[in-house]
Amino acid sequence: MNGVPIVLRALYDGERELERQFLAAADRHCGEHEFHHVAKDMARWSHEHSERIAHAAAPHDLHLPGPMDRPEPGPPAILRETPGRSVGRQPPPGLHLLRDLRDLHLAATENSLNWEMLAEVAQAAGDTGLLDLAADCHPQTLRQLRWTNTMIKTLSPQLLTSL
Amino acid sequence: MGSHRFAAALHGDAMDVAVANGRIVGVRGRPGDRVNRGRLGPKDLFGWQANHAKDRLATPLVRDGGRLVPCGWDTAMDRIADRTRELLDESGPGSIGFYTSGQLFLEDYYTLTVIARAGIGTNHLDGNTRLCTATAAESLKETFGCDGQPASYTDIDHADVIALFGHNMAETQPVLWMRILDRLEGSNPPRLVCVDPRPTPVARRAAVHLAPRAGTNVALLHALLHEIIRTGRIDRGFIEAHTVGIDELTERVSECTPAWAAGICDVPAGKITEAAEILGGAERLLSTVLQGVYQSHQATAAACQVNNLQLIRGMLGRPGCGVLQMNGQPSAENTRECGADGDLPGFRNWENDAHVEDLASIWNVDPSRIPHYAPPTPAMQIFRYAEQGSIRMLWISGTNPLVSLPELHRIRDILGQERLFTVVQDLYLTETAQLADVVLPAATWAEKTGTLTNADRTVHLCEQAVDPPGDARPDLDILLDYARRMDFRDKDGRPLVGWHDAASAFEAWKECSRGRPCDYTGMTYERLRSAGGIQWPCTEETPEGTERLYTDGIRWAAPDDCETYGRDLVTGASVSETEYRALNPDGKAVLKAAEYVPPHETTDEAFPLQLITGRTLYHFHTRTKTGRTPQLNAAAPEVWVEISAAEALRQGVAEGDLVEVTSPRGSVRGRLRVTGIRDGLVFLPFHYGYWDTPEGHRPGAYGGRAANETTVTDWDPVSKQPLFKTAAARLTLVERGDGTGSGAPTTTASAPVDPHHVPPTAGGPAAMAGQNGGER
Repeated sequence: MNGVPIVLRALYDGERELERQFLAAADRHCGEHEFHHVAKDMARWSHEHSERIAHAAAPHDLHLPGPMDRPEPGPPAILRETPGRSVGRQPPPGLHLLRDLRDLHLAATENSLNWEMLAEVAQAAGDTGLLDLAADCHPQTLRQLRWTNTMIKTLSPQLLTSL
Repeated sequence: MGSHRFAAALHGDAMDVAVANGRIVGVRGRPGDRVNRGRLGPKDLFGWQANHAKDRLATPLVRDGGRLVPCGWDTAMDRIADRTRELLDESGPGSIGFYTSGQLFLEDYYTLTVIARAGIGTNHLDGNTRLCTATAAESLKETFGCDGQPASYTDIDHADVIALFGHNMAETQPVLWMRILDRLEGSNPPRLVCVDPRPTPVARRAAVHLAPRAGTNVALLHALLHEIIRTGRIDRGFIEAHTVGIDELTERVSECTPAWAAGICDVPAGKITEAAEILGGAERLLSTVLQGVYQSHQATAAACQVNNLQLIRGMLGRPGCGVLQMNGQPSAENTRECGADGDLPGFRNWENDAHVEDLASIWNVDPSRIPHYAPPTPAMQIFRYAEQGSIRMLWISGTNPLVSLPELHRIRDILGQERLFTVVQDLYLTETAQLADVVLPAATWAEKTGTLTNADRTVHLCEQAVDPPGDARPDLDILLDYARRMDFRDKDGRPLVGWHDAASAFEAWKECSRGRPCDYTGMTYERLRSAGGIQWPCTEETPEGTERLYTDGIRWAAPDDCETYGRDLVTGASVSETEYRALNPDGKAVLKAAEYVPPHETTDEAFPLQLITGRTLYHFHTRTKTGRTPQLNAAAPEVWVEISAAEALRQGVAEGDLVEVTSPRGSVRGRLRVTGIRDGLVFLPFHYGYWDTPEGHRPGAYGGRAANETTVTDWDPVSKQPLFKTAAARLTLVERGDGTGSGAPTTTASAPVDPHHVPPTAGGPAAMAGQNGGER
């Protein structure tokens, strides 16, 4: 018995959750075009990761659902933005976007740490299949992290000085 | 008759103008010029007539009581300066944005940059070059660490293979295409490889023509790289000496076989192999890239793969060997180098404190006055901030976003907002100007003096030959007037903008360019006057200019020199300085790899066709000038819709039928032209707007006319260039034609498959030009 199933389960849940969060945020901020489109690309990476994790989990007696459809984007957003229209006195959508970016960044960080653990246990246990999985997927998680960080850096000055 | 010499037009074609009675009466190409050798394209030959259009703006206008009314310069400029001061007090510099052009002069852009960056202190300055050349700049920055065109137009004279990627040169740079035609008709003609979904004149002359599905350029290029690496036709010595990243690139394309790409691109695998054979066997390979790549999704990723092709084959810095990442406008290069397009002047790196300090010392301001806490804001994001309400003043010069930006109903909403104060500086009352709060009448070429630099770094001087109409003023004078009224000062209390005319602005720019890749310090107006075009860098050591960059290795990619540390080619995420130092400590070219990502908007049952937009030979971008030029307007008088014969059969429509193209954003109506375009693809020319319709700036009862009613708001996250070549649409019949065919040109990529009932595009007597015409 080793901790591989525990890490795989955590990673699977984390990637599923991150995919859901990316899609929900993309949906909420459809007027923020760059965020909207790239967030959907990022969701696809997480989707592919969870599929591959489910596949890799089977030999470890861990049966994760999959291949599966994309998860629903969650409950309808209260603050969904209508492009081209001012939002009046409601809380500024710019703040919402920054909060979503921060949450996405933190969720991706959690996944990144789990990939790190998987790579470590795979090496210690001599499991090349799992090591390859981590080597393939972890870089994309790191790119999700850099992207959310870049977006926060790019948007913060304007969104926070114009409140 | 007086003759004046100047350079103008699409890519630095030099011409002389003939003047009689204070008016231009004709133009002539300058035979000795290094760019055009005396040749002119149709827009050069006829376009000058638009300078005399009866509806040129001759006085400033301000909005009073909801209407634009004529006024004096003081009234107009005071209104702008007052609004600027109010906004600076209320909301700070981030509430002010500038959106300029690729058609002004270097002196104009540099002055505008100093005003925006150090005067106002805003990050929001960009050009419409974002729509045409942003990816060229970004791909050069990603690969070579810094902007700067590696090759020269003279490489066309030496290459044995010329590969044109999404570049319909015959219609975008017709004079350069003539140079290729010279080669094709001469001894040892080069072989052409053409990637384009339309049957362009280039495709017709190509040894191999690949017509991929829209949005699949990266997959196609990966397969070409795969084949060249697989067959070992790479220059290992060059790769070792001058590049980093070969292992990652090799790994990235290792499974990208022609068969794999064939499935994605819908191009026969055999043809991909054949193209790779030609590229792999070339001894002197020149690649050129334009909008088919830049305006597609994954624009920078694809353009970088072309750079990679040149690098792994070791085809750089020698006669016939290089890459031309092209421009779309006459002075787009100046917008880039002067920092009016979302970079700091002189290709300085906003993330490098030493670069910012250097710039601050040239301007004699504190570095903190130059915003460098975040990347300069690209145009599409400037419009987004205006939409959100955080930008409250937008000064638009020499461009017409109400026709040229995607998803026009949105742009009309943005520019129509009461809370947004809009200044438009232009020659005519364009669609955009009609919504402005202040309209400033500007002078055009031959009415003002300045320099412009083309896509192969050739600098020309363009001199005033006639007076502007009425009270219209040179763009530079308008900006200098604004700087005076705003009273911008440096840190010693002297005027921030210390120059007073074009020549002194040029001298100021030379200092800013000193020691940078685009070094102008060896040039003067006098030398440009006597020597004609000179290619930068031009210093005291290289007074004749520099034909090719990177003849002796990569020069500007070292971490302390580079213009950018780079971005992730898929997400646009910044590469940090630390990462870049680790990746490329010795400043080599970076072989950047990126995975293929499918387009964001794909076809479905409701929108079964792929939609792309583009240009025709006879019009400039939004037709403001060419629509006012009789011969050019007659050659392409009205919007049309292009599909293939097989698609027409499927849709039950025929040449000349009035059809409507509808996307999720809007629709356009036009007469159908049936061509040899790829099946499943619909093409719309993007030139047509509404200034010459009763509605003036928006669609009327007869439906949309501007292609951008249909296009999507989405951009390459790396170069921030909007996508005009990746959307989905449907086509419906509105009304059967009367058998005469559409009015689309027959001499271009729009040539009909069945020329039978279509009148040929021919100039006729009105298009005859002679040396004696115009003398009175």
